[in-house]
Amino acid sequence: MKHFLLLITMCMASYVSAQGANIIIDKGVDNPTRIAVDNFYYTGPKLSEDIGEIIRNDLNFSGLFESIPPERLITHPRTESEIRYHDFKTIKAEYLLIGGITEQAGRYSASYELFDVIQQKRVLMKITVDGSDSQLRDIAHKISDKVFETLTNIRGIFSTKIIYVEAFQRPARSRLMLSDVDGARPRQLFESKQPILSPVWSPDGTRVAYVSFESSRPAIYVQSIATGRKEQITNFKGLNGAPAWSPDGQKLAMVLSKDDNPEIYTVDLATRAFTRVTNMYAIDTEPSWTIDGTGIFFTSDRGVRPQIYKVTLATGITERVTFDGDYNARGRVSPDGKSLVMVNKRPGGNYQIAAQDLKSGNIRILTETNYDESPTIAPNGAMLMYATNIGGKGILGAASLDAKYKVRLPGKQGDVREPAWSPFF
Amino acid sequence: MITKAIKQGLTFAVVMAFLVGCSSASDKKKTTAAPAQTTTPVVQEAAPVVQEVANVVYFEFNKYDLTPEARAILLAHAEKLKGSSVAVRLEGHASEEGSREYNMALGEKRAKSARDFLVLQGVKAASLETVSYGEERPVATGHDEASYTQNRRVEIK
Repeated sequence: MKHFLLLITMCMASYVSAQGANIIIDKGVDNPTRIAVDNFYYTGPKLSEDIGEIIRNDLNFSGLFESIPPERLITHPRTESEIRYHDFKTIKAEYLLIGGITEQAGRYSASYELFDVIQQKRVLMKITVDGSDSQLRDIAHKISDKVFETLTNIRGIFSTKIIYVEAFQRPARSRLMLSDVDGARPRQLFESKQPILSPVWSPDGTRVAYVSFESSRPAIYVQSIATGRKEQITNFKGLNGAPAWSPDGQKLAMVLSKDDNPEIYTVDLATRAFTRVTNMYAIDTEPSWTIDGTGIFFTSDRGVRPQIYKVTLATGITERVTFDGDYNARGRVSPDGKSLVMVNKRPGGNYQIAAQDLKSGNIRILTETNYDESPTIAPNGAMLMYATNIGGKGILGAASLDAKYKVRLPGKQGDVREPAWSPFF
Repeated sequence: MITKAIKQGLTFAVVMAFLVGCSSASDKKKTTAAPAQTTTPVVQEAAPVVQEVANVVYFEFNKYDLTPEARAILLAHAEKLKGSSVAVRLEGHASEEGSREYNMALGEKRAKSARDFLVLQGVKAASLETVSYGEERPVATGHDEASYTQNRRVEIK
């Protein structure tokens, strides 16, 4: 019976459309909160962005909400006094978000109010957010953040960004891209005919570290997001890969094979002093710092098959962390330090994303497509994004850390891979 | 004159040995399109055999130790490279299975296995450069075992 229900939820992939973006919900939570989000009232000429639509898309993307679009609403109140709660109960809405936009000298102000339909009362007093024409999307994301946090007590991630690699074939070309979490407003940070890999945000959200083969060999670079100014950090013989920022932003951990074997090193970005961390005739790669910065998780095949280990920097003491599955790699710790998210495969199974509870060692499988990789966790710790392959095309997927839901982001022109979720700004 | 003939015969024997190795390799990998060598060695001319040496060696899933077939091919290269100072680039690659950076390290280990073997056979280490492209430069783009078998490789360039 359980399987039957699961099958039904998975088959009911629903399409949620937004301006230029379509997320596909592969697996929804059993009881998403139903929220009616009417179009934002505006008397001027058509705006470049539909704020109501962006908010609906954001809330749906979170997996915890199912937004009810304007065409399904019976009435369209503009103020609290115009609300007939019965009209919203009829369509099974639990909450109602209404708002309006005014414009003055090129500045836009969006005001919104949130109501509880069941209890028939106001949840949020009227709040106003303003910005220029190019910030209409930011305004919408800010409103989504506020609504999400008010109703879930979890900080919203709709104003955060992602960086990803978009790869093209014939001729081979890679682009390092920055966009909103919903994939909108893509902006190119760097382009090369050679591979680009492993982008990671600095903890303060101002820089990105990545690997580029632009010199025909791999090297690690750090680039400012605002200015585009780029600095080469390593250019050793052999591997220069998998950069990872320390939580304080002062160091990068990475894999180098300058001493012949792939080993983990750290570099102090101010002094450029390198410290070797691992020493084992095996592959040691994919470092990821513990939340407190005292240790590093990394992938190693020292036990023949790739598994994740953790080294304590002060002592060098190394312990194996993953045991479930014959392939565990590229670990990332959740912001609360409690879970390790990684690429996991069981004998005969697919590559999928799993989360391991670090205390109990129990793992839960979060995705079930084939070739899922590169998990990156949202700064609120509730969601993660990953790269997957649908019909031979690389796209991004997102899932909740509790394994309850899964969505797909709209595809791009090229193959999208290696998402990196920004911190809160 | 006689010694030259013997030498040629020996070289020929070595090449034959690896060709046989290759043919058994392609038997194992039934579905792969073309691990480089034909299965029916042509016997007529012995002179330009060295040029026929495959410049790709293949690896098993998640492994970087050399298979007997790979050793035979590298041995033939070593014969050619010994005493010469021609710069050779060994490019390590991996199939798309698993994570990208792990595959980058896997490609590196494969390239270095090939390098270490060549050096052991007397090729100058200084003339050998290794680089890994991980899973970024597949020769076969299918998402199946047939493609993966061709992508787990080191190219001798």
